Amino acid sequence: MGRIIVITSGKGGVGKTTCSANLGMALAKLNHSVALIDADFGLRNLDLLLGLENRVVYTALEVLAGQCRLEQALVKDKRLNDLVLLPAAQNRNKDAVTPEQMKQLAYALTKKYDYVLIDCPAGIEMGFQNAIAAADEALIVTTPEISAVRDADRVVGLLEAHHVKTINLIVNRIRPAMVQANDMMSVHDVQEILAIPLIGIIPDDEQVIVATNRGEPLVLSDNFSLSGVALQNIAQRIEGKDIDFLDLDAPYDTIFSRLRRFFKK
Amino acid sequence: MISDFLERLFLGQDDTTSRDNVKSRLKIVLAQDRANLSPEMMEAMRREIVEVVSRYVEIDTEGLNFCLESDQRATALIANLPIRRIKLEPDPKPLADTDTPGLDPQLELPGMSASESSRGFSDDSSSPPDIDLSL
Repeated sequence: MGRIIVITSGKGGVGKTTCSANLGMALAKLNHSVALIDADFGLRNLDLLLGLENRVVYTALEVLAGQCRLEQALVKDKRLNDLVLLPAAQNRNKDAVTPEQMKQLAYALTKKYDYVLIDCPAGIEMGFQNAIAAADEALIVTTPEISAVRDADRVVGLLEAHHVKTINLIVNRIRPAMVQANDMMSVHDVQEILAIPLIGIIPDDEQVIVATNRGEPLVLSDNFSLSGVALQNIAQRIEGKDIDFLDLDAPYDTIFSRLRRFFKK
Repeated sequence: MISDFLERLFLGQDDTTSRDNVKSRLKIVLAQDRANLSPEMMEAMRREIVEVVSRYVEIDTEGLNFCLESDQRATALIANLPIRRIKLEPDPKPLADTDTPGLDPQLELPGMSASESSRGFSDDSSSPPDIDLSL
């Protein structure tokens, strides 16, 4: 039986879909079979980030309507054999499916795939309820901004109320120079406030936009990028490996800032 | 100029940074979000707790303190009720009518003497006990 993990945040635009696409790819690269479910009905984007938009034929909605088999709707990735995408319908809204139906789809996929990752829509309405219905585990994506952290806290509360036991935190778009200048919350600040275990730190990186433009997730790219490494590390931590967090402060850690920290303690 | 440089070097800026601002703002807003308890409810609860407790002990109303705290994803009601004296026996339960609830915690049994109070909590107890009613 595969693990069902929902990737959620509350606030939009913090990097849920980017994380879903990259973690799916990274887990597939680690020789796991992965099914990605786009739960954002009406505003689907996961197919774009994966570069699979031209190959979508059927969506989850046709499967539920009995118009095609589940397997027919799955879009197989050509770069990695063990990765499939179950696209969301684009022409219907988020009320088109029920939590019960999402459970059916996710449970069916766990029979064949090691990991079923669900990309949750923003907000806490029906689309969110659908996305979390089947999940045993959740990854909360947040950025070090007040609104994102507040929404993340709300979502953690809702997940706990739905008995999602394992909840881990990904802090995205960290800008180490701003943290050093005390103009941004550090990963530690965010983690302390939300009080859930940390599973990943991703630096703010322009390469993410380049990768999105190309439809080729960072973890597949040959070019080295810090954010790509961070995402691969998260995939390994999901597997259960104990990987050290990246030290993003290192380039900004001058002898002066070290001295200052030393004397402040 | 040089002293300014040294100060910045070793002490950092004295002004509160935007990072400190955002942290304190978040902590306040999250405590409210997590508690989700209206001020009226909070006040009614405070009144009733004081009422019940003051049937058994005499409470120092000056030092009363009720607040909600959230720590590690658990919200707790922290009530600090400094006790002046232990009552000899509990006051009778109030009748069902709630028109005039026993708001005054200064109820005192007429026969209360100093010797009895010294057996329990006395006025000079330096650290009044906390009542922790986890929600």
